[in-house]
Amino acid sequence: MTFTSVELTQAHLDRIGRIDPALNAFLLVDAEGALATAANVDGARAAGEELPRLAGVPVAVKDIACTKGMTTTAGSRMLEHFVPPYDATIVTRLREARMPILGKTNMDEFAMGSSTEHSAFGPTRNPWDLDRIPGGSGGGSSAAVAAYLAPLAIGSDTGGSIRQPAAVTGSVGVKPTYGGVSRYGVIALASSLDQIGPCARTVADAALLHEVIGGHDPMDSTSIDAPVPPVVAAATGTRDLTGMKVGVVREIGGEGYQDGVLRRFEEALELLRGLGAEIVEVSCPHFVYAMAAYYLIQPSEASSNLARYDAMRYGARTTPEGSPSAEQVMAASRDEAFGDEVKRRIILGTYALSSGYYDAYYGQAQKVRTLIARDFAAAFEQVDVLVSPTTPTTAFRIGDKLDDPMAMYLNDIATIPANLAGVPGMSIPSGVAEEDGLPVGVQILAPAMEDQRLYAVGAALEERLREVQGGYVIEKAPQIEEVRA
Amino acid sequence: MSVTTSSQATVPFAEALTRYEPVMGLEVHVELSTATKMFCGCATEFGAEPNTQTCPVCLGLPGALPVVNGTAVESAIRIGLALNCRIAEWCRFARKNYFYPDMPKNFQTSQYDEPIAFDGWLDVEVPANEDGGPAFTFRVEIERAHMEEDTGKSTHVGGSTGRIHGAEYSVVDFNRAGIPLIEIVTKPMVGAGDRAPEVARAYVAALRDLLRALDVTHGRMEQGNIRCDANVSLMPVGSETFGTRTETKNVNSLRSVERAVRYEITRHAAVLDAGEAILQETRHWHEDTGVTTSGRPKSDADDYRYFPEPDLVPVAPSREEVERLRATLPENPAERRRRLQADWGFSDLEMRDVVNAGAVDVIEQTVAAGASPAAARKWWTGDLARRANADGVAVTDLGVTPAHIAELDGLVTGGRLNDSMARQVVDGVVAGEGTPTQVADARGLELVQDDSALQAAVDKVVGANPDIVERIRGGKVQAAGALIGQVMKEMRGQADAARARELILATVGVEG
Repeated sequence: MTFTSVELTQAHLDRIGRIDPALNAFLLVDAEGALATAANVDGARAAGEELPRLAGVPVAVKDIACTKGMTTTAGSRMLEHFVPPYDATIVTRLREARMPILGKTNMDEFAMGSSTEHSAFGPTRNPWDLDRIPGGSGGGSSAAVAAYLAPLAIGSDTGGSIRQPAAVTGSVGVKPTYGGVSRYGVIALASSLDQIGPCARTVADAALLHEVIGGHDPMDSTSIDAPVPPVVAAATGTRDLTGMKVGVVREIGGEGYQDGVLRRFEEALELLRGLGAEIVEVSCPHFVYAMAAYYLIQPSEASSNLARYDAMRYGARTTPEGSPSAEQVMAASRDEAFGDEVKRRIILGTYALSSGYYDAYYGQAQKVRTLIARDFAAAFEQVDVLVSPTTPTTAFRIGDKLDDPMAMYLNDIATIPANLAGVPGMSIPSGVAEEDGLPVGVQILAPAMEDQRLYAVGAALEERLREVQGGYVIEKAPQIEEVRA
Repeated sequence: MSVTTSSQATVPFAEALTRYEPVMGLEVHVELSTATKMFCGCATEFGAEPNTQTCPVCLGLPGALPVVNGTAVESAIRIGLALNCRIAEWCRFARKNYFYPDMPKNFQTSQYDEPIAFDGWLDVEVPANEDGGPAFTFRVEIERAHMEEDTGKSTHVGGSTGRIHGAEYSVVDFNRAGIPLIEIVTKPMVGAGDRAPEVARAYVAALRDLLRALDVTHGRMEQGNIRCDANVSLMPVGSETFGTRTETKNVNSLRSVERAVRYEITRHAAVLDAGEAILQETRHWHEDTGVTTSGRPKSDADDYRYFPEPDLVPVAPSREEVERLRATLPENPAERRRRLQADWGFSDLEMRDVVNAGAVDVIEQTVAAGASPAAARKWWTGDLARRANADGVAVTDLGVTPAHIAELDGLVTGGRLNDSMARQVVDGVVAGEGTPTQVADARGLELVQDDSALQAAVDKVVGANPDIVERIRGGKVQAAGALIGQVMKEMRGQADAARARELILATVGVEG
């Protein structure tokens, strides 16, 4: 069956129109722009022009990446009407790849959260169960992909914001090596942790998008000046894992993990063994401090990164009564336009960086970070990749953890170490938990700059799971129309 | 506990120095003359329309990221080397967090505990003063030189003071935001005694000359290329414990540096004499009234929540790179001046005029092109300086080159032109009529070498002025000057005045 890019794009736009009112995955849909790109590609294809591999394939972009002329909110009232005058580098690359951009997806405000409930524009719902969260912060992108509103989407992952949503929506999400994908034009949460990556329904799809957005960018000083690792070749190459050593991190798992999550993980290990891999237990003793270190470093950097939102040059402005000073306007605007979670982290970070506390908090957290990087280095001397459950539980109900920040933060306990060390990570669906019928993710971690290992292991495991489970996990998701009925 | 005050009372300077020893610390911000900003590709040209030299990076738009300007880093290293500093093998930028409307990101990307250059010194020559104080050399120890970015420029409209308080509204020009700055911080300067204000001035002057010689800044204090903050404290004579300091911000001329330091010494002394304590604060300098006024309290605990800039990678200049840059350093300006003064045989006064006229380089080039040092000095600090002054341009922007002046000097010493003709030639060169020889040819300027024409003019003038001739014959030889003038007029200036004098004296029969 062949179809044009316009037909493909229109089909997705139609489905967004039908389904998204139930999901709230998109904050903005750019039908006109997407169809124009699609028509352009169709014309070029008809003219026999040579086109990039994903030309004409629509994509959704998390609303954290600046899109020229297209409102970019980062899920915040502060930027509700902010129209960037420039494209993020990854958006430029999507345009150069001639991929129609369907729109901008919902997210926790400034990417702070694990449920998308902290979006100023309402939560996104999980296509598997509309009463549940789709993960966060990138719940919009994962829900869009899982519900077939978009074949591909862009996410950003600071502590798990691509991988955790992928796990709880039965989709694939990759956090590349830190510096592997440009951050230029992507609204910063925590600069030393943020990384952009692909969201997809299969490992091979993720690899194709990874290849488009990856690679050096002179506008991002932390961008790695090296070719994109051979991710597509790895995702489409041999399924034989003979000779590969797969490490299981002793410190991830066990208490606090849902039975179904652990069962699916054990099964995945068996399948990996069957593919020829050797399973080895490794210890990363400092991972237990990762959460604490993360919740010092991330709010510290965020408190500084978010300082620019002062309503002076752009952003929502609140002017107090009387003749207020510039400082009073800044304070009132920030008080009005930032949500509680954002304020909580700004306060935490400001405190942690303060004179007299810096050494005890930020300084100490950076030392922990170094120790975690050493744990990874030591582990990767023994094994080629590490695996773990992506999240402790399946998707929880909307509202369940909103008043308990610590419980919310614990969703990212398995994903955070990779951000602290800058190593790449992937979550693929490993099945559904029998107790609630919701999808479960398995996480694969590789050394920095070895992203292709994620794809090789992920693709092999994905194929075996499909064989033993009789199809992709995502195919088990109920039809949204049925759920609504 | 004593009263802390920012009182305006003062005691006479000389009296203050009998009881207190001043300690100074100078922070100098240097705007680099790189073509682009510190962290983006925007132009740095001075005087452009507001907010036309901006981009997402220097406006602090969401998502924008900085990239370090490599030329600025090279300039910083060269400045560090010229100040005899050690150059860091590895250093980072840091964020200095505080909210201010003209700072786009509400943090300044600066350096904190890892400056690019540190532990240096600069020997400063303090000239003799009018009160009989001798010239001497003072070694200023340099604590550090670090890289940072400038803020935008706020203009406060309405209200009477031009300051933010009382203004109706404020506007911000972000063209300046992100311009590369080097901040050079001295260690405490102790032991200058009553010469402290002069030392402060001489240090800033020496630093300015050094930075200009390095060609890293336009170096114009009046345009804010070089801005000075002066920290001053007093301690009782004999004490070794520093007193509480005040920081007078933005003292932006050499004269003001000297005056502001002097004023703060006299003010601190009055506060301390009254048994009160100095309030640690920033102060504003008022050029018109010559006083400082209270700014904002500043404690050492001002919390900027510094942390390493995570959007930038460390700067790690290799030792080879540092040595390559060291090889590009110019001769120290003070040493060079001493060498050239000796070579040229100028008096101290003459040399000072040359330096003040900014003519050291052109004179050196003019001498190299073949002119005598005396002639080069005469032209560049005399006729050409006056022309430049009248036109409000730099002497080097007149369109007259050192080669022109050397050629002109050759025409004068070769006897083709006299001084007045030479000035006419300069008129032509300035007007773009060509080289001095071309101008002289085109304008027909040439001393008349043929004595017969000159003798005819002398005969005519002598015949027409019998009374003057009588006075010359009566012994008043200087009266010949009046006749020379008339002869030159007859010759339309195209005569050698000395030869005219000889002929006049010979004609009236008097021995020269």
